[in-house]
Amino acid sequence: MRVICPLFKGVIMTGHTVTRAHLSESVYQEVGLSRNESAELVESVLDQMIDALARNEMVKISSFGSFSVRQKGQRVGRNPKTGEEVPILPRKVLVFRPSHVLKNRINKALGGN
Amino acid sequence: MTKSELIARLAETNPHLYQRDVERIVSTIFDEITEALARGDRVELRGFGAFSVKQRDARVGRNPRTGESVKVDAKCVPFFKTGKQLRERLNN
Repeated sequence: MRVICPLFKGVIMTGHTVTRAHLSESVYQEVGLSRNESAELVESVLDQMIDALARNEMVKISSFGSFSVRQKGQRVGRNPKTGEEVPILPRKVLVFRPSHVLKNRINKALGGN
Repeated sequence: MTKSELIARLAETNPHLYQRDVERIVSTIFDEITEALARGDRVELRGFGAFSVKQRDARVGRNPRTGESVKVDAKCVPFFKTGKQLRERLNN
């Protein structure tokens, strides 16, 4: 069953969440390494990506998408409760751009509805 | 870093694995995330981030060059939210 969560700007909620454990189980099924080693490899993949991003490198995974680090300048924010002005310091944010292949795959499966 | 560079790095740090196994491991991970999103499921990888799918309503858009109105259909888009640990790591 699929519900659109009104609180989270249209996020679809199926009640199912895939985690590291599911990914290592798939690697285990697919490649035939031990469960332990499968889990370690899932971790290494994420670690390699994190290290590259921490070096400000873009990570491009063909037919999935790209992750890049964007530098944000300082700006004046406001505490929405008190209306008080607070400076938001310059910071780095991660941006994910899904590939067309991923977007098409999702839309073919879920459609506009 | 591209997917093939990622595979090369992993092959380097895991010399006991065949290159084609490393390729399958990396592909399996991204395929699995893709299939989960295609089911409308969320993918949560603590310390890295979470992928989810958002639904966008149909709207009337405008061709910015000609100013002409165009109908944009409702669609689903993948969305990534950076995990707390990774966000902190980027800004140490």
